[in-house]
Amino acid sequence: MPFKRYVEIGRVALVNYGKDYGKLVVIVDVIDQNRALVDAPDMVRGQMNFKRLTLTDIKIDIPRVPKKKTLIEAMDKADVKNKWENSSWGKKLIVQKRRASLNDFDRFKIMLAKIKRAGVVRQELAKLKKENAS
Amino acid sequence: MAAKRKTPVKTRNPDLIRGVGKYSRSKMYHKRGLWAIKAKNGGVFPRHDPKSKAPAAAEKAPKFYPADDVKKPLPNKRKPKPTKLRASITPGTVLILLAGRFMGKRVVFLKQLTSGLLLVTGPFKINGVPLRRVNQSYVIATSTKVDISGVNVEKFVDKYFAKEVQKKKKKGEGEFFEAEKEDKKKLPEDKKEDQKAVDGSLIKSIEGVPDLKAYLAARFSLKSGMKPHELVF
Repeated sequence: MPFKRYVEIGRVALVNYGKDYGKLVVIVDVIDQNRALVDAPDMVRGQMNFKRLTLTDIKIDIPRVPKKKTLIEAMDKADVKNKWENSSWGKKLIVQKRRASLNDFDRFKIMLAKIKRAGVVRQELAKLKKENAS
Repeated sequence: MAAKRKTPVKTRNPDLIRGVGKYSRSKMYHKRGLWAIKAKNGGVFPRHDPKSKAPAAAEKAPKFYPADDVKKPLPNKRKPKPTKLRASITPGTVLILLAGRFMGKRVVFLKQLTSGLLLVTGPFKINGVPLRRVNQSYVIATSTKVDISGVNVEKFVDKYFAKEVQKKKKKGEGEFFEAEKEDKKKLPEDKKEDQKAVDGSLIKSIEGVPDLKAYLAARFSLKSGMKPHELVF
């Protein structure tokens, strides 16, 4: 099983620990074996240990340590945000966030909706069973 | 003693820094107008002789006093502060009751009474909780709000909820057994009317929101996998 996602300049990664947990950042330079210089449109460029990053499939085309403006332009050209939000990983995270922010009333409404859906499914199943049996 | 002023005058001598005033003693003498008071009084500062008091009646020595000196407790001048209402609780908020007969019921908050307790109603038709007082500590505030503008809660005070005092009856021997069969306390009609009046407009605004009526009718409970410290209410 070869590696598919490499640490390289322009690799988009997800922060999985620390103050910026959950943010998408771009690897902008490699400092040494363990650390990378990392940047994102809404944060100050800084170093992060690789152990805090999870690499994604997305890569953008930037020179080493670009200016913030260049970085933002490159991210828009590669359409990082939309690619991320349409990927199954990104969609999962959005759903998790939504579920965590649910109100008590929202949870109640979801319970009613689930019961309704299960009822409809069960009716269809019963119908199909009957057709099959006859 | 000179007469006290109703509002103390703010000092005519502003501080340059703490402990050092802007004006010297002689300047302050002039500013306060002591020269004018003296001039009015003929060069002498006016003094009032102490008013002669009627001599107090001679006190008799008390008949009884304790052998050793008794310590007086220190005076306690603390005044209890009114309970602070949590910022998340505003009129119309749906609250979850955590203890008591209506544990788990979702209920509408009306107002905070002067005793600090929260006035709350089911509404009665929806979940059986009447107009009731509830302590803020035994309540979870959700972020769901109900429109409460049509409700008048002016007349409800702590006294409204006081228990009725029963006149004590002297029990004779024969009456012991009959006293067991006291009739059940009935709710007075005017309290039922109050409940209906409050709930009338409330129920209308509740029915305006889909599923809210069923939500208030259901009880809250923790299910498997729900972590209270991670739940958003």
